[in-house]
Amino acid sequence: MASAQVNPTRMELTRLKKKRITAVRGHKLLKDKRDELMRRYLDLVRENMEVRKRVEAGILSANKNFVIAKAGMSEAELHTALMAPKQEINLVLDEENVMSVEIPKFDYKTRTADENDIYSYGFAFTSSDLDGAVKSLGDILPDMIRLAECEKACQLMAAEIEKTRRRVNALEHVIIPETEKNIKYITMKLDENERSTQIRLMKVKDMMLEEAHHYSET
Amino acid sequence: MYKIAVIGDYDSIYGFATLGLSICPVRNREETVDKLHQLAAGKYGIIYITERFAAEVTEVIEEYREQTFPAIIQIPGVSGNTGAGVGGVKKTVEQAVGSDILFSE
Repeated sequence: MASAQVNPTRMELTRLKKKRITAVRGHKLLKDKRDELMRRYLDLVRENMEVRKRVEAGILSANKNFVIAKAGMSEAELHTALMAPKQEINLVLDEENVMSVEIPKFDYKTRTADENDIYSYGFAFTSSDLDGAVKSLGDILPDMIRLAECEKACQLMAAEIEKTRRRVNALEHVIIPETEKNIKYITMKLDENERSTQIRLMKVKDMMLEEAHHYSET
Repeated sequence: MYKIAVIGDYDSIYGFATLGLSICPVRNREETVDKLHQLAAGKYGIIYITERFAAEVTEVIEEYREQTFPAIIQIPGVSGNTGAGVGGVKKTVEQAVGSDILFSE
């Protein structure tokens, strides 16, 4: 494998040892990051599901109310009543950093403080069902904002968890074992070289003694 | 100041106008794609889209998935709940955990 391309030198060995230390440290950190992200994510996704079910039920019943309201008055009247909204929502965006994932925080302000300003029409010519319908929709608005916050955060965190998990696995199962294998290969190769040098020296010494004094050590 | 928009067929979304949300009635896929790009480039922090239209433009929604803003959120329309919203939540669990361990029944 990769060991065939490794230079069995001391410099390479030092480099690989440094690389292994970095990899092990990175692996530990990323694993911690993954665990913490996962913990937060599981809390958040449970809330996400809860809020979503609430919002969907809310919208469903609001839609029903609107249908009833529509039945009670003519289409033109209904459109006129809803034509010019009084209320306006201003959204304040903020970001929160959770384990290097930027998750959104939404804060909203209505243009007027009066919560009755969602009724953009005079009450004289509209049915009371419409008031109920508008109110039911107004009631789920805070939940809808919270849903947006949760769901976006969940999406971002899920992507980050997936990325981190891949990195952890790559380090754990590829980079670290490979580096260790290479370190072992170089160490053994260097030891082998040292032994062979020593043997060569001994042999040369023998030959020189033989030549000078016709003397053998054995 | 940022705003909130709602995309969908007119019957599903006209009520949101009273709350002060911007409503963007659309009729077909092309309009939805145009509107989505236009809103995402503008000052909109949250875009709600009805499940029926969201199903047609999944690849556009996917483009904005990695960005913090805007948040594109699916809501059921007047024609009923298709379960796509809940499905989306389950999908993130699958992505994060590997399999859906929380909501599988």
